[in-house]
Amino acid sequence: MSEMAPRDVQTRADTGLKAWLLSSTPDSAFQARCQRVYLSWRSFSRNPIAMVGLIIILMLLVVAALAPLITSGDGTGQVLQDRLLPPSAAHWFGTDQLGRDIFDRIIWGSRITLYIVALVAVIVVPVGLLVGTVAGYLGGWVDAILMRITDIFLAFPRLILALAFVSALGPGLENAVLAIALTTWSPFARIARAETLTIRNAEHILAARVQGASTGRILLHHVTPLCLSSVIVRLTLDMAGIILTAAGLGFLGLGAQPPLPEWGAMISDGRQYLLDQWWVPTIPGIAILVVSMGFNLLGDGLRDVLDPRSGEG
Amino acid sequence: MVDVQPRETEEAAAKSFPPPILAKIFRQVFTVALTFVGLTAITFIIGRVMPADPVLAIVGDRASRDVYEAMYIQLGLDKPLLEQYWIYLSNVLQGEFGKSIMTSRDVLDDLIRFFPATLELATVATLAGIFLGVPMGVAAAVNQGRWIDHLVRIVGLFGYSVPIFWLGMVALLIFYGWLDWLPGPGRLDVFYDGIVEPRTGVILLDSAMQGEWEIFRNALHHLVLPGSILATFALAYIARMTRSFMLDQLSQEYVLTARVKGLSPLGVIWRHAFRNVLVQLITIIGLTYASLLEGSVLTETIFAWPGIGQYITTSLFNADMNAVIGGTVVVGICFVGINLLSDALYRFADPRARQ
Repeated sequence: MSEMAPRDVQTRADTGLKAWLLSSTPDSAFQARCQRVYLSWRSFSRNPIAMVGLIIILMLLVVAALAPLITSGDGTGQVLQDRLLPPSAAHWFGTDQLGRDIFDRIIWGSRITLYIVALVAVIVVPVGLLVGTVAGYLGGWVDAILMRITDIFLAFPRLILALAFVSALGPGLENAVLAIALTTWSPFARIARAETLTIRNAEHILAARVQGASTGRILLHHVTPLCLSSVIVRLTLDMAGIILTAAGLGFLGLGAQPPLPEWGAMISDGRQYLLDQWWVPTIPGIAILVVSMGFNLLGDGLRDVLDPRSGEG
Repeated sequence: MVDVQPRETEEAAAKSFPPPILAKIFRQVFTVALTFVGLTAITFIIGRVMPADPVLAIVGDRASRDVYEAMYIQLGLDKPLLEQYWIYLSNVLQGEFGKSIMTSRDVLDDLIRFFPATLELATVATLAGIFLGVPMGVAAAVNQGRWIDHLVRIVGLFGYSVPIFWLGMVALLIFYGWLDWLPGPGRLDVFYDGIVEPRTGVILLDSAMQGEWEIFRNALHHLVLPGSILATFALAYIARMTRSFMLDQLSQEYVLTARVKGLSPLGVIWRHAFRNVLVQLITIIGLTYASLLEGSVLTETIFAWPGIGQYITTSLFNADMNAVIGGTVVVGICFVGINLLSDALYRFADPRARQ
């Protein structure tokens, strides 16, 4: 049967990219990897909800990258004679109490949002993977201790803990990121441990061990890659939570400090103008809503593609 | 913000059956004790170890030299760290959180005074979440793939994605600012303040017990906006879980049997499938309630609601470390406690889990 397959493909298309991607006998690891990505993409792109999420996140990335081209200035320049102007052709989203263009500030704020999200991810994923894979692979008392610590953090009320943490360290963007990371890593350790438990006795792991690979090498090269897909799904679904917590801290004045155009802080700045100049506090909230919705949609779609076991229902 | 995590992991956890009960109870007690030790250890680190000068954080920078010295000794900062933690732990166990510099009362007294407002808000929001979320979830599961299912999904996504403090502001703008249907921030209109003697601290209960129905109505009106804003998350979470649990049950064979025997569709849904979902929902409702107690922080800020969340945030800005740590510990204990309670209820209510 397997000898038949290449000839079968050749009759349909000789050298097309699609044939190469769908060939049932890939010639190289590279081709196999491309095929997997392509097939995942095919099932992902058939899911309209997930595509909407992907488009929102891509837009966010593009807007953040092109901020200097889209806006004039960096969103902190004050024009006091233009304060509190309603939305118009010149100022799409109006201006705030210091005459700053709200559209510009939203655009620049997307960079802060991405910065927070990326930094939290960079802290949380390695920590979670390390704790989870070590606990799952070594087992025994190492597992017991690490998982009890994880459970303690899982049981914590997250926002309150982040609040207390920031209050001890002092407000600021970096401290907010640390506080969020501290309250976010534990589910990743749980997921990584669960994945590790299912593969720790797999044959390729045993083979590596017999060949004399060190524990560190096995964890890094053989266990971690297999944990990644569920971790990525969870991370995407967590992004909205991270953004909302960061915005909440910003709103309370504990996150990014003025004049930085952080969306949560913008809402809190504009709060006193709510009844008369509604656009000042409401528009940044729409930005937060759209972006966290984008991440939630994307996460749902990714879960269906990468992690079919934990589909809904 | 409310905890936006609870997703597939808990979905799975709530579905699995607990192992034999004695071992389970023992493990539970052990876990709770450990969580409590962890909670106090982390708040200890946050309150005493992390600030550059914990004495300054408590007495404030206007304190005299004597006060500073006295507090230094009182905190026991001259002792080794482990001993300090031990003292802190025994203080917490006695409800001894120190004095608040903001109100110059014992932190515990403050917390008892502010807690009922949060309790009232979170309870109303959870109830709203149950009464709307459960029927929505059931309707979505029964009509899987049809428009009502999509609608519930969109509402759920919205609840997970919306910044709650922003939603609260928009609601104030529309229903108070533009339409003037509902009252503004606060628990009561100003001229009703102080008429009802606070016995429980929950205004709805107090006014009802004392027969002040006008105040009861006013308090209820004030509750509508913050209650429904806080309920958004509860609604999203409960509806999503109900849908998922219901789908599970509806695909079981006993449901098919009931249908084949000619039971009415409504009877199959509510008397057969839903009764089995009910037990799983207890856990979910417990989780929701606990997360709303915490999640009310931002809602309270928007609606000037004098609850524990507002107490913590105002203390925070006054560098009132005792109050912040005390509030954190108390909310943490409630959080863990409610989760434990819902777990116990689950075991009591589900004969399969008792064995």
